[in-house]
Parts: sequence; structure tokens; C-alpha cells
Amino acid sequence: MENLLPIIFSTSFAYSVLRVTTPILFASLAAIISDKAGVINIGLEGIMLFAALMGVISSAFTQSVLIGVLCAVATGVLLSLVLAYFSLNLKSDIILTGIALNLFSSGGTVFLLFLAAQDKGISVSLQSKVVPEISIPLINSIPVLGEILSGHNILTYVSLLCVFLIHLFLYKTPLGLRIRAVGETPNAADSVGISVRRIQYMALMISGALAGLGGAYMSMGYVSWFSRDMTAGRGFIALAAEAMGRGTPLGTFLAAIIFGFADALSNVMQSLRVPAEFVQMIPYVTTILGLVIYSIKQNNKIKKYRRNQV
Amino acid sequence: MSNKKIETQFEIIRTFVAILMAMTLALLIILLVSKQPVDALTSFLTGPFSSIRRFGNVIEMTIPFVFSGLAVCVMFQAKQFNMIGEGAFYVGGVAASFIAVKFLLPAGIHPFAAILFGGVVGGLVGLLPGFLKVKWNANELVSSLMLNYVCLYLGLYMMKSTIRDPNAGMIGSYVFPETAMLKKILAGTRIHSGLFIAILFIALTYLFMYRTKWGYALRMTGLNESFAKYSGINTKRVIIYSQVIGGLIAGIGGATEILGMYQRFQWSALPGYGFDGIIIAILARNNPIFVPIAAFFLAYLRVGADIMARMTDVPSEVISAIQAIIIVLIAAKRFLAKWQHKRIIKNSQEKLAVKEG
Amino acid sequence: MGNEILLMKNITKVYPNGIVANKDVNFSVNEGEIHALMGENGAGKSTLMKMLFGLETPEEGEIFINGKAIKIDSPTTAIKNGIGMVHQHFMLVPSLTIAENMVLGIEPRKNGFIDFKKAVAITEEISKKYNLIVDPEAKIEDLPVGMKQKVEILKALLRGAEILILDEPTAVLTPQETKELFEELVTLKEKGHTIIFISHKLKEIKEICDRITILRGGRSVGVHHVKDVTQEEISRLMVGRDVVLKIDKTPAKPKEIVLKVKEVNHIDVMGKNILNKISFFVREGEIVGIAGVEGNGQRELIELITGLDQYDEGSIVICDKEIRDLTIKQIRDLGISHISEDRMTYGVAEFASIEENIISDRFDNKDLNNKGLLKIRKIQSLVKQLIDDYKVKCDNGQQPVKMLSGGNIQKVVVAREFSSSPKIIIANQPTRGIDVGAIEFIYEKLIQLRDEGVGVLLISSDLNEVMELSDRLLVMYGGEVVASFEDSTKVTEEELGMYMLGIKKQVFEEKRRVENE
Repeated sequence: MENLLPIIFSTSFAYSVLRVTTPILFASLAAIISDKAGVINIGLEGIMLFAALMGVISSAFTQSVLIGVLCAVATGVLLSLVLAYFSLNLKSDIILTGIALNLFSSGGTVFLLFLAAQDKGISVSLQSKVVPEISIPLINSIPVLGEILSGHNILTYVSLLCVFLIHLFLYKTPLGLRIRAVGETPNAADSVGISVRRIQYMALMISGALAGLGGAYMSMGYVSWFSRDMTAGRGFIALAAEAMGRGTPLGTFLAAIIFGFADALSNVMQSLRVPAEFVQMIPYVTTILGLVIYSIKQNNKIKKYRRNQV
Repeated sequence: MSNKKIETQFEIIRTFVAILMAMTLALLIILLVSKQPVDALTSFLTGPFSSIRRFGNVIEMTIPFVFSGLAVCVMFQAKQFNMIGEGAFYVGGVAASFIAVKFLLPAGIHPFAAILFGGVVGGLVGLLPGFLKVKWNANELVSSLMLNYVCLYLGLYMMKSTIRDPNAGMIGSYVFPETAMLKKILAGTRIHSGLFIAILFIALTYLFMYRTKWGYALRMTGLNESFAKYSGINTKRVIIYSQVIGGLIAGIGGATEILGMYQRFQWSALPGYGFDGIIIAILARNNPIFVPIAAFFLAYLRVGADIMARMTDVPSEVISAIQAIIIVLIAAKRFLAKWQHKRIIKNSQEKLAVKEG
Repeated sequence: MGNEILLMKNITKVYPNGIVANKDVNFSVNEGEIHALMGENGAGKSTLMKMLFGLETPEEGEIFINGKAIKIDSPTTAIKNGIGMVHQHFMLVPSLTIAENMVLGIEPRKNGFIDFKKAVAITEEISKKYNLIVDPEAKIEDLPVGMKQKVEILKALLRGAEILILDEPTAVLTPQETKELFEELVTLKEKGHTIIFISHKLKEIKEICDRITILRGGRSVGVHHVKDVTQEEISRLMVGRDVVLKIDKTPAKPKEIVLKVKEVNHIDVMGKNILNKISFFVREGEIVGIAGVEGNGQRELIELITGLDQYDEGSIVICDKEIRDLTIKQIRDLGISHISEDRMTYGVAEFASIEENIISDRFDNKDLNNKGLLKIRKIQSLVKQLIDDYKVKCDNGQQPVKMLSGGNIQKVVVAREFSSSPKIIIANQPTRGIDVGAIEFIYEKLIQLRDEGVGVLLISSDLNEVMELSDRLLVMYGGEVVASFEDSTKVTEEELGMYMLGIKKQVFEEKRRVENE
């Protein structure tokens, strides 16, 4: 234990928290947008995975980072359109559709990977590009803080920026207002002439784009290759983070940081004499605990509300 | 013809159309990516029947599919989206391996005890999301998805710290004693006596769902929870036991699979049977009677795809597209709904006409 | 008073299930008046207004606004034509502020963002103009009901509503809030707006309305100037009986008390008093009817008696047992049967078979299962017998309930609830929306059970039903029993109407007797 504390309080650990939080944060923001519109996006896991692969393949073929990232985003949008079509038009259960999407991505990525790289496990034979890391002038010269905040992948900064942008979008723009109205009381939106389905389509597309960015980060930043099932449940963790963050961008950001912390912790603890399995369990156990604590709080709130009324 | 018959017929047709559309898509993909599409297609579709050994592969794979399909059926019939089948299957395998390696029991009793223990552990794992849901209304979908990973790592740790064979050359347990393993029942294949356990569980699950008061209460809760409550059914209890039973069946499945198909415990990742169970349950319309057919079909696809991948240049994962399409089309309420509606109206009108005439 | 601003001419509406909701209705409203639309439940008020607001389309007839024929096919066209509606269930987004709700769908913009200042200004402006004072930055979820209603009215006004439909606006309000609403409505009227006011409450109509149109059984039975008619006349017009199903029954021979409700209070989640020290009893071998306009606490009362909800004050005793801490199952085992008014939510599981629906209350009994194993043959023969006894038209017991007609679905419910050897039956709107044949059948069965010594509590908004079937009759109004009649045959419908609409109230030993028995 005494070995652990200095690690946790080191700047490199704080740096790595931000690094591992990035994909979870993208996915959590994606979860917020769709959830606000009243459509739960269980397919985030699969969307991220597919986007991660498409980022690698397209950047390898075009040798362009930008096209790689854009392809990943486009993949995310396309897959969420499929999800939207089946659940909103054909009225499939959205949870089952999301699960189907995940199963499809899990196998489909391996299929494409094999076609593109003749390998079913990892994409190292592809010369894919990586989104560069940048050090921010001024900030990088601040002691401590500079080491934590500077020198990250561009997408990490984009994810942080997105927290702010999504907040603006949801709370300050007409579309954001309509998304919230549709998710909360579709009847009310309908009664003033807002098309519920159209808004939900748009929300899912934005959600897909964000998950696409998360996928791009996984394979073009976090690591520089694609490997099968590399998202490892981050899409699901994001759903929990969104629930814990009560659907607000800032709250969700904090929840994502907690999970990122757990993830980073499991990374550094591998060097200690803690059984690897326990270390690997940390993010998931944290998520379950978080979910339970959140649910208990919600429950108490409802009970209190009822008691106060009587 | 009664309207009910039309509905049954319609469900069958819908299933076939969905499968057909999915297969067509797979065909297109194969045509698109393969340099030897005819070979690929032949080995995919007829490969599984081309030898006893390969057909054996299909049956071998059907066995775990049956268990995971049944587990999902039970939970889905109670309208519980609990994905714990995956984790329960895994820990069931670990628990059975533990009994198999650690205890010396007579041949008849040894696998029985191991499988039973696997089931109990699986049931306990299923209990958790159910309990959290009833007690605090925690979403069982998210909690069970997370719990699956916990099952994996905790199971792996337990295995390593109790029954790991340091000389195995991989992460695995000691080799199971002869007494613990399920016997092979057909020469030339690896089909094992777990097949009988699977058949037994199809019957048991069916009986439970449709012939016992608990199964009845479970189905009514799933169909209409308000109605179940109004009728006096304790729906909270139903929600919990549906998930415990789901976990139990998956756990038994994991135990059976490990003792039937392996020499030692060597799963270092979740085997994926839990999610396969969802495909099977959807194909089988959550009815245990249809689970073996659906499980066999899925096993046939998988084995066929594997053969195709070995013989030709098409990777086996092409079937992930088939599976996804089947799930969403069958789950789609509007898929072919207009056509059915027309038929029912026509039927009703014909009936009226007969009466009046 | 101005010209005719709205005319709905010869409107006929037939629903797909064959129910005629409006037949040849003429409805005319003048500019700048408050026009009351009155009628019992099912008289066709809502349907008429839904057609005006574009939620339904009429089979026949025309709608004129300012003399011009228009076609209203959606709420959007209705709004465009200056029609606004304040629904009974508010169409507001709780987590948003008043200003945000006001501008939803027509947001003022600045550089692509919502111009919140403008939204607040717009809200304030219109709020001042009509003297409907609200705090634009307050969240809807923190507001009392009366305030929410103001927002709804403002929302309609902001979208240019000249004609404002208010669907039972006072049903959810406290007396003070009602008073305030009336002042606001008068202001609106002075500003030249036209208001259609749907209500059951005569006193209120007398207070603020200019004219009144009364609907009965889907037809208009008259238009009057409110000041020219008495409350009694309105009541008689509204609560008339149309088709009278005469029922032959012998006088009741009541015995022991099986259900006793004593001073039960109930407050809903919104903090509104739903039941107010309500007391009454039901004896073996009698049918006690509860008449009353819907929404006067009947549904909540039934939920408490059947265990679907818990009560805090007072006592409910079934067969000498207080049911406060009992589960629904335990309450049912005391001998209670319950026909729910909401057939498809509580009465049946529509995708389950007739068999499965019939055994839902008794599958746990010894004679239907042996150590948990269902006795299929026993169940099948029981259900077959019940299908015969209750004349359920179906192919067989395995048929899913959703394939049956409404009347036959209700027969399935009734077959279950009547055959569990009940001591008391709670029949809540037992014949709503079903065909005459099924209705008659259910009446016969109820009387037969009464004669066998079962106590029946009948709740119905169908006056004919409750008057013909009941031996004793109670009237509920505002969460209280306001009248009790020992012999229902001696009550006239005019008299009943007065109690139902809150014009009269009994305060005498009759009621005291009810409470002390």
C-alpha cells in the first residue's frame, strides 16, 4: 500500500487519469445526448469498436489522420442511423437492437480486420496514423499542473471541450431544448408541433458521432492499433457514468473521471503485488458500486418526496 | 382458420423471412469479398453435414447454446433484461472445475456434484442484479453487464489461487480426473453425455415455465406486471427468482461445457455464450421447446462459418451480420405487420360473410 | 356579445369499434363569450373538442371559423386557426422553466443560440397583458397546479389562440385557485377572447359562463343562456336516462356486514385531498351503488379497498379483518373480488390465454396445483366450464384474450372474479364500453350472486346502471359520501343529479347511521 500512495499522488498518474478517461468521457457524452431524447443507446460499445477499426483502416489507406478521424465519426453516425431506423421506424425494442449492434460490431470488426490486415487479432500490419499529442504553450510551463494538463492527445482536449460544448448545446440551443423536451415529455413536444421521431433521429446521430470520436481515440491515440473487442465494456461503463452524473455534462464528466481513475489505478497497480485480476476488476466494481449508490439516492429522494407530501 | 392460427403461421413466416434476408446479405458479403464464392458458400451451407465429425461439432456446440438460450428465455419471459448469462456461464465453469479437481468422488457422483455446484454459483451471480433491482430499482441491464467482467476476473482469480496447474504451459487448472469428466457418447465425435443434461433441462425448463405455479406467475409478471399484482402475485419475488433461475441454468451450462469438452479449465476470457443465448431466445420466441431448434441452427451457422473460414478466404465472422439482422428483424414489431393485419381483417370478413350467407 | 366565431355543424363521429360518439351535433360559439360545454362522462364532449383541436377527424359535418369553412387535421392547423387547448393533463416539460416551455418550438434565436432574455421578455409581456402573473424563470416542476394551468393558458395565447378550450380546468384546482382562474378568464373575455369551458360543476358554470350547450348520449340537447336556466333544469337535461334496461329483481335480504370503510382519508402525491373521512358499509346479499361523476375519489377508494394502494388514516375492514397491512393476495383470500375499471391494465394480460387469465387469482390454490405443479386437466375443465357458464365467445381456452371482443374480454374478467366464491365483489364500471348482450349478462350474474348472499359494491358513472342494479345508493362528490338512499327505487334522477353535481348535500342522521353501523 505504501508503494501505491506516492504513485497516485504523482503527476504522471494524474496525467494518465485524463488519458484513460477520454474514451469513457466521449461515450458518456454520447449516452447523455441519446438519453436526453428518451432513446437509450446500448449500442455505444459496438459503435465505438467499429469506429475504432474504421479509423485505423481509413487512416492507413489514406495516410491522413484527419480522414481517419472523420471516417470513425461517420461510422458512428451511420451505425446510429441503423439503430434509429430499426428502433424508431420498425419499432424493434431499442435495447435488443443495441445488443444486436454490439454483437454485429464484435464480429464485423474482426471480419473487416481480417480482410484489411489478414489478421484476426490486431491491426499492427496496417500503417495506421495516430492523432498527435500537443503541448500547450503557457500551461506546459506551469509546474505540476503543466505536467498533468499538457502534452495530451488532441482528442483528449477535444473530449474536454465537448463537455463544455454539449452543455452549451443541450441548454442553450433550440435543438438542445427540443431534445430535452422530447425525452422528458414527448406529448408536450408533440402538442406544439415538434416531430418527436425527427428529434430522436438527430440525437442518436450526434450520439453516434461522439461515440465515433471515442472509438477514434481508442485506436488512434490511446494505442496506435486496433485489436479485437478493444473497447472492453467502456460503452457500458459510459451508460453507468451517465446515470451517475444525472445526465448533466458536468456531473457525467466527474463520474467519468471516477471511472477513469479506477482504470488508471488498475494500470499502475499491475506493477504492485496485487493479483492482476483484482486490479482489472476495479473499474467494473466501481461502476456497480456507483450505480447502486446512485439508485439508493434516487430511491430515497422519491420516498422523501412522497413522505413530505403526506 | 382462426386468427390465432394466422398469428402462429405469421410468426413462423416472419422468422423464415428474417433468416432468409440475413442469409441473402451474408451471400452478398461473400460474393463481394471472396475470390472463391462458390466454394465458400458450399462449405458454409453443406460443410456441417459433410462428415460425422463435423456434424458432431454442430451437436457439441448446440449443448452450451441450449443452456444459455434457456437461461435467457426464463429471464426475458419475466421481462428482465439481465445479461448475467455470460458471467454465470463462466463462473459455473470455474465452480465445476474446482469440484472436479479438489474432490475425489465416485464417477457417477463427481460430475453431478460439480455441475450442481456450478449451477448454485451461477444462481448466486444471477441473484445480485435481481436483488439490486427489487431493492433499489438499479437497472439490471447495466449492473449485469458490469458484473460479467467481475465474474470473469474473480473467477479467474479463484481458479488461479486454488486449482492452477503451474506446469500447464498456459493459464489453466490441473487436468480433471477421469471420474469428473462427462463421457463421450458417440465415437468419432466429441459429443458428450452433457447432451442428456441439456435435453433434461429443456424439459425441466419447459415444465417449470408452463406447468408449475412459479412459471405461471413468472410469465404473467412478464406479460403484464400490473395485472399480476392485481391478481395477488408477489411480483418482486418473481423478478428475483427469474434471474436466479436464469443464472442457475447458465451456470449449469458452463459446468457441463467445461466437463464435457475440456481436459482442464482454460478460459481466460468470457466465452460469449451468454450473448449467444439472446439470439437463441429471440429465435425461439422465449419458448424452451423451440430452444433446441434455435440452438442447433445457430451452431450449424457457426460450424459452417468455421469450415468456410478454414477452406476458403472468407472469415467466419461474416455470421455476426446474420445474427444481428435476425435479432432486429424478429424484434421489429412493424416488420411485415401490415401484411399480417390485412390477412386477419380478410379472415374476419370471410368469417362474417359465411355467417351471413 | 359578438358574432358567431365558431360553428361546428352537423358533426358525426363514429369510432372504428362502432361507437357513435357524436351524432349530428351543432355547436355554436359567439365571439367574446365564455361558453360552457356540459355532459356526463361519455356524452361526447371530449370527442367534440378533440375534433376541434385536430386530434380526431369527424365522419360528417363541417367546422366554420368566422364563417369560413376549414379543415382541421392536426393540432398545428388548429393553432394556426387561432384555437388553443388547455388539456386536463398538462402538456408541459417539468424540468424546463416557464419561459422555456412558453417558447418551445418557436424559440427566439440569437447567433444560433436561444435568446433567453427575449424568451423571458416575451413571457413577461404576455403575462402582463393578460394579467396572468408568472415567474418566467421558475421551473415547472416546482409549481403548484394552478400556476401550471396559467402557463398552459399563456402558451396557447402566445401561439395566437383566439378560441381557448379548457378541459375541466377546475378538476385539479383548490377552491382558491379556482377563484383566481375565474378572475383570469373574465380578463381574457374582456380582451376579446372566446372561451369554451368544459365542466361538470354547475355552480361554476352559473358563476362565469354566458351560454351553455348540453350534450347527452352524443347529441346536443340544447343551448341556453345561463342566466335563463336554473341549476335544476340543467341537471335534468344533463342527467336524463336514454335507453333504460329494466332489471327484474326481488328486494334484497341483507345480512352481516362484509365491508366496512370508516373515516378513511387519502391525500395524493400532489398533496390534494382525494378522500375526505369517507365512511360506509356493505352487507351480505345487497348491492350498494356509488353514483357520482368520475374523478370524485371513486378510483382511489377502490385502490385502497383492494390493496393496490395503502391508506394512512381510518380503517377498512373486510369480513372482520382490518386490511391495512395485508398484501393483495391476503385481501383476496378474505373473499374480495375486484372488477377493475381499467380492463386492459389490471383486468387481463392480453397476450395470455383465456385459461391463464382465469386462473390468475387461484393458481396457488390446493385444488389447482399439487406442490407447485399445475393440474392442467383440472384447470382446463374448470375454464371450459366457466367459458360455458359465462358464455364467452371464443375458439377455446387457449385463445389469447386480445383476440376477443371487449364484451368477451370483460366476461373473462367477470368469470374469474365471480367464480372465486367471493363474499364481496367490487365492481368498478363493470360494463364500460361493452355490448348490450354482455351488459345484460353481467347484470343477471350480479343479481344472482346477490341473491346467493354476496355483497356487491357497484361503482358506476352510468346512472341507469347504478339506479337499476343497486339496492342502496350512495353518491360521492369531492371525496365524500354526500348522500345515501336506503331504497334506490325511491330516488329520482333529478334528485340524484343534484347530489352528483354538488348542488345538494345530506347532513343528517342517515349519514351518521352509515358511519356508526
